Amino acid sequence: MLTLEHVSKVYRVGTFGGRALVAVHDVSFDVRDGEVVSLIGESGSGKSTIGKMILRLIPATSGRIVFNDVDISTLKGPALKEYYRRVQGVFQDPFSSYNPIFKADRVFRLIRDEFFPTIAPSEWQGRVEDALRAVGLNPGQVLGKFPHQLSGGQLQRFLIARALLLDVEFLVADEIISMLDASTRVDVLNLLADLKSRGLSILFITHDLSLGYYISERAVILYQGCILEMGATERIFGTPLHPYTRMLMASAPRLDKKWEQVEIELRGKHLESAAGCVYYDRCPEATRDRLCRTQRPALVAVDDDHFVACGRYA
Amino acid sequence: MSLQVDNLTVYYQTLRGDVQALEDATFSIADGEIMGLAGESGCGKSTLANSLIRLVPPMRFVRGQVRLDGEVLPIDDARRMSDYRFSRLSVIPQYAMNALNPTRKVGKMVAELLGSKGVDFAAMIPELKRRLDLVELSHDVLKMYPIELSGGMKQRVVMVLSTLLNPSLLIADEITSALDVSTQKAVAEMLVGFRDRGFVKSLIVITHDISILYQIADTILIMYAGQLAEKAPTDVIIRAPRHPYTKLLIASLPEVGVRYAKRRLSGIPGRPPLLLDPPAGCRFRERCSVAFEKCLEAPPFVELEPGHFVACWKELGEDADA
Ligand SMILES: Nc1ncnc2c1ncn2[C@@H]1O[C@H](COP(=O)(O)OP(=O)(O)O)[C@@H](O)[C@H]1O
Ligand SMILES: Nc1ncnc2c1ncn2[C@@H]1O[C@H](COP(=O)(O)OP(=O)(O)O)[C@@H](O)[C@H]1O
Ligand code: SF4
Ligand SMILES: [Mg+2]
Ligand SMILES: [Mg+2]
Repeated sequence: MLTLEHVSKVYRVGTFGGRALVAVHDVSFDVRDGEVVSLIGESGSGKSTIGKMILRLIPATSGRIVFNDVDISTLKGPALKEYYRRVQGVFQDPFSSYNPIFKADRVFRLIRDEFFPTIAPSEWQGRVEDALRAVGLNPGQVLGKFPHQLSGGQLQRFLIARALLLDVEFLVADEIISMLDASTRVDVLNLLADLKSRGLSILFITHDLSLGYYISERAVILYQGCILEMGATERIFGTPLHPYTRMLMASAPRLDKKWEQVEIELRGKHLESAAGCVYYDRCPEATRDRLCRTQRPALVAVDDDHFVACGRYA
Repeated sequence: MSLQVDNLTVYYQTLRGDVQALEDATFSIADGEIMGLAGESGCGKSTLANSLIRLVPPMRFVRGQVRLDGEVLPIDDARRMSDYRFSRLSVIPQYAMNALNPTRKVGKMVAELLGSKGVDFAAMIPELKRRLDLVELSHDVLKMYPIELSGGMKQRVVMVLSTLLNPSLLIADEITSALDVSTQKAVAEMLVGFRDRGFVKSLIVITHDISILYQIADTILIMYAGQLAEKAPTDVIIRAPRHPYTKLLIASLPEVGVRYAKRRLSGIPGRPPLLLDPPAGCRFRERCSVAFEKCLEAPPFVELEPGHFVACWKELGEDADA
């Protein structure tokens, strides 16, 4: 359904954009029909940048993003509009998607004006109410309210309802759970799982591993714009191979076991190296292997649907 | 006993009436105890923390008493409380990271804070540097502006700053919430280290993330809608909770190893009541599947087993003849 082929993003930063910041580096993966793929990584690893490129909010610097066999950078006019009807995003801070001076349900009117101007108002109202009920909201309680009169979880569900109205095929969900309380969290997660079983594909961006595990079939582990490990969720979580993935696993607070005394490098231990592995300066395994400093390991298959970019498996 | 809180009740005064954010909180914290404080957002966690430190309008002291190391604190008198703040008890407020004065270098900030307490900055420098080492911060941070620090670095600066005078009690309000799992673990373990080294006698760690509390807390206190629901040793709260709300809350937590396809977690139906005009009695009543008539009265917070407190009529056996 959606494929990233060698996608990179370079931001120009500093005065006069004099410095290049590689936010995403040569990333390739795909999301199949009705599949949930988790994109997991520390903050700054490039997760949102990937999401924004898929939503065409920013262009890729190189590489291609292909949706149903079409390179999305070539889409224009009606074809682009059609793309937005099929691919939508929901973001971390639900409040930022609303203008506080308008009622929250304006998001529904806007898509009617944009995409379904010929549908009669009464029929549209019915559809809006159905979508709200589908995301577990009571239309009578939430319609006609201003954003500040609704909770974060309700606003989040509004945005998912909007995606339902558009009948989207692909959803980019960028850290949408982190703002929510435990109880609401499960409801939104379960809602995504239900939509998935109705055929929706989801790129689920998170830094919380337990959420990624709960919902996704496959996981992509990102660090400094590079994929360090990816594959079937069971493999990644069951036998994490990359030292970075292992560190994330060991740090994730769990209810079934206590933290082990693993040392986490907050400061780089080794000197930074442009040529070698991106994780080199924080990697506890790196000293054993001199190649880590000089050679960037490629992402190689180590098992069925399990890839890792670490010199120890090259 | 480091801290003893009795019937502490604090409201927010608003044009539409009092928001009853903290109702009759009664609990204690032992020397050396790390108590986790958890509950859905809006349940009064920050209100509890802030009222122990600086109870100022729109907050209104309604009743109750707070003792620290046996001494009654003048919590309803913000001016007199300044003698205790920072030296005897310290709070790292929610969003403290963003509240650092952007125009002051970190070192200057420390000097001013110590000066305001009549402590000589120069004499404290060796200890300050030793503590920066402990939290893996370079001494250079003293010459830096907050904007030059990452989120995790700022959080560690705030931790060192607020414990420099070895207060009896430190309250950390959501200090790990905005951090990556790796930094989160480091910061949480540093809090334990501060207790182990005696920089603080005891700690209240506030977070909505119970799995972090499972890692570092000795006990966990669960709040619901401004009332205390349950307090027990950490393992008991996680493995054998007794309050209906705690049970649902624990059951709703996703864990690594749980897939929706195999075991679908359930949320907690309904929403917490508005605290402007909360229902009488147990505030969990409307969402509680085992509620009965008695629940129209507020249940007391009773020690059912040593160290295990529960505020639920059902658990108190009040339904025996119902
Ligand atoms: N508009 C931008 N201009 C310059 N740098 C940016 C911009 N957006 C993001 N970055 C940088 O790109 C990197 C990746 O950021 P982002 O995609 O937001 O990561 P994540 O979502 O994983 O936290 C970071 O170093 C960030 O500072
Ligand atoms: N300044 C204020 N004015 C009025 N109500 C407030 C104010 N601050 C907090 N509240 C209310 O008090 C209750 C408890 O809030 P808070 O202690 O911040 O909860 P928590 O920290 O558990 O999320 C909430 O219902 C909140 O809306
Ligand atoms: S006191 Fe009553 S309403 Fe409250 S939790 Fe117990 S049974 Fe439920
Ligand atoms: Mg992001
Ligand atoms: Mg709070």
